Amino acid sequence: MTGTLAILDARLVDPAAGTITRGNLLVRDRRIAATGSFDLPADAETIDAGGTHVAPGLVDLGIFAIDMPAFTAGGITRAVLMPDQSPPLDHAALVQRAAAAGKPDVWVHPLAAATKGLEGKELAEIGLMKAGGACAVATGRGWIADSGVMLRVLSYARSLGLTVVSHAEDGGITAGAVATEGEYATRMGLPAAPAIAEAMAVARDLMLAEQTGARLHFRQLSTARAFDLVRDAKRRGLPISCGISPAHLLLSDIAVGGFRTFARLSPPLRSEDDRQAALAALADGTIDLICSSHDPQGPEAKRLPFADAEPGMAGAETLLTLSLALVRDGVVTLPRLIELLSTAPARLLGLPGGSLATGAEADLVLFDPDMPWRIDSDHMASRAGNTPFDGLPVQGKVIQTIKGGVLLR
Amino acid sequence: MSASFPHRHLTGIYGLQPHEILFLLDEAEQWIALNRATSKHDDRLAGLTLINAFFENSTRTLLSFEIAGKRLGADVVNMQVGASSVKKGETLIDTAMTLNAMRADMIVIRHQSSGAVQLIADKVDCPVLNAGDGRHEHPTQALLDALTIRRRKGRIAGLVVAICGDILHSRVARSNILALTTLGAEVRVVAPPTLMPAAIERMGAVPFHDFDAGLDGADVVMMLRLQNERMDGAYLPSPREFHALYGLTPERLERAAPDALVMHPGPMNRGVEITSSVADHPSRSAITEQVEMGVAVRMACLDVLTRGRRGVEGWA
Repeated sequence: MTGTLAILDARLVDPAAGTITRGNLLVRDRRIAATGSFDLPADAETIDAGGTHVAPGLVDLGIFAIDMPAFTAGGITRAVLMPDQSPPLDHAALVQRAAAAGKPDVWVHPLAAATKGLEGKELAEIGLMKAGGACAVATGRGWIADSGVMLRVLSYARSLGLTVVSHAEDGGITAGAVATEGEYATRMGLPAAPAIAEAMAVARDLMLAEQTGARLHFRQLSTARAFDLVRDAKRRGLPISCGISPAHLLLSDIAVGGFRTFARLSPPLRSEDDRQAALAALADGTIDLICSSHDPQGPEAKRLPFADAEPGMAGAETLLTLSLALVRDGVVTLPRLIELLSTAPARLLGLPGGSLATGAEADLVLFDPDMPWRIDSDHMASRAGNTPFDGLPVQGKVIQTIKGGVLLR
Repeated sequence: MSASFPHRHLTGIYGLQPHEILFLLDEAEQWIALNRATSKHDDRLAGLTLINAFFENSTRTLLSFEIAGKRLGADVVNMQVGASSVKKGETLIDTAMTLNAMRADMIVIRHQSSGAVQLIADKVDCPVLNAGDGRHEHPTQALLDALTIRRRKGRIAGLVVAICGDILHSRVARSNILALTTLGAEVRVVAPPTLMPAAIERMGAVPFHDFDAGLDGADVVMMLRLQNERMDGAYLPSPREFHALYGLTPERLERAAPDALVMHPGPMNRGVEITSSVADHPSRSAITEQVEMGVAVRMACLDVLTRGRRGVEGWA
C-alpha cells in the first residue's frame, strides 16, 4: 500500500479523449482514483502543479540500455528493452532477469530475441521467453537476411500471440554502409547505401506478415518509400505498425557534416525529402509511435573517425522535449503526441499504462511544454551524452516522473 | 594566418577560395627551381619538428613529404603504423595527443578512414596537413595536379579535365573535382556505374559511364589507380574487362584533344587502367612531372602553414 497522492491544478493531457483540461488528479494504491474535481482526502500528500501539464508516463519501445536516470529525467515509466544485450536476450532466464531490472521504479519490458544469438539463423525459445516475461519478439539491431527464417519467426510468433519488432534495412545493400547515399555521403567520402534498402526490407517483411497473419511492428522507419508501403498495408487492414525517433523527424543527413559521430544513427539520417515524408506520415497516422531508440555510447565508441564509430544516440531524456517541437510546428496536437509516446506503444505490446482513466496505473509525467533550456551532452542524466542535438536550445522539460504513484528522483 | 591563406590546417580543398589555391600554387613555383638546383636546401624550417604519421601504407607520398620537410631544413620524423595494428580511433586520438605532447610543429597524417584527419586537427595545437583520409580528401595531390596542369597548359580555367576510373573510392578524385572546378575547369568523371558515387554532379562534375564519350575533346585525362581488391567480382568482373572498357590506350587517347595531357597519381597498374605506351609517352604523359610537382607543392604547404609559429611578418 502506498499513500494517497493528489496533484492539484494541473493541465491533464488525456490522449484517449484528445483533450487538455485543467483539474486535479488523485492517486490511490498506485492507481488513478479520480480526475477532474473530487473531495480531497485528508491523508493525501499533495503536489501543487500550478498549471503544468500531467500526462501518462512515456512508454519507450526499443531501448538498448537500461539507463534509469535517463528514463526518469525523460518522463519514461516503461521501457521496452531490445534483445541486443550482452549476452543477447535469447533465453528465458535472461529475459526474466531483464524484466526485473527496473522494478520498482521504471519498468523494463524485455523483447525476446527472434533467433539464437540474434544471428538470424535458428529460432530462439520464444515461447519460454514469453513465459519469462517477454512482451514481444525482436530481430534486434539487424535484419534477418534469410527470408525463410523470417517467415518462420513470424508464423511462430503469431501462434504465441506476440508482435514481431523488426529492423528494416536490407543487409545486402547496407553492408559496410554508414550513411545514406546522396550528396553529403559523397562529399565526405563515407560508405553509403541507397535509401531504398529500407523499403525493400519493409516490402519483404510485409509480404511475410500477410502470409502468416502475424502482427509486425517496424521499430524505426525513416524513408518515404517505406511509409508508402506501410500506409498501403494499413489501408488493406493488415496488423502493421511502425515507429520513428525524433532524430529522424528533426534532422536530415546534413547533420553528419563535419563527421559528427553523434549523428551516426541506425537507420542513418536521411535526405530532407525523406524527412518531410516522415512528418507527413506522422501527421496522417501512418506512423504509430515515437521512440527514443536510447543507445548511450561513451567516447570509446564515438570519439572515432565517423565510419569506425558505433551508431546510436542517447535519446531517452530528450524524447519528450524534442517531440514537443512537433506540436509547436503544428504536425500533431499535444494529446496526439502523448498517444504516440505513451498510449500507442503500450497498446501495441499489451502493456499497462498510457492512460489517465480511473483505475489505470498511476504512471505519470509532469512537464512544462514551454520551459526553455539547452541540451548539453556534457551534463546529461544519461549514462552517455551522445546526442546529435548537443548545444541545441529547446523548449519543454520534464518536471517529475511518477511511477505507480511514487515520485521518482 | 594571413589574408593570403587564412587556415590553420590543410584538411581538404573544400572551403578554399580560388585565390587561396592559386596562392599555394604560386608559392610552389619557387621550390621547383630550388629542387632542380644542385644544392637543394633552404633553412626556413630549421629547428621545427615535422611528424609524418601514416596509418595507411604509403611509400611515395611519405617520401615526398619527407623530402619536402628536409629540403626546408625541418627535423623530419616518420611514423608508419600498419593498417592493422592501429585501427581503433581511441588509439588514434591517443596517438595524436602523444605527438602533440612531443611538441610537433607540424603533423602530416594519412589514415584509411574519412574524417580521421579532421578528428586529429581538432585535438592538437600545431598545423595538421591531410595526406589522404579514406575516400574523403587528398588536398596536396589536387594541388600538385593543378600545378602540373597550369605549367603545361598555361591555365586551368576553361580546360576540360576527364577523371577516369574508381571515382567511388577515390579521395584524389574528390579533391581534384573541388580544386579544378573552383579554378574554373570543366570536370568530367568517367567510371563504371559500380564505381561512381551518387549525386557526384552535386560536386560540380559531369558523370559519364561511356569512356569514349567522357574523353571526347578532353584537354587533360587523369587516370586513377584501381585497387586490386575492387576487381575480384565485387565491383568489377575482372581486370581484363575493366581494361577493355576503361583502360587508356593510344587509340582511346585519340578521342581526347590532340595535345591532351595524360596524368596518373600513381602507383600505376600498367596494362589495367593505363597501357605503358601511354604512361611513358614522352610529350603527352605528365606522370613523372606530377611527382616532381608533389615535392614543390608540399614544401609550399609546409612553409605557409608554419609561418604563424615561425613569426613571419604578417602571419599571425
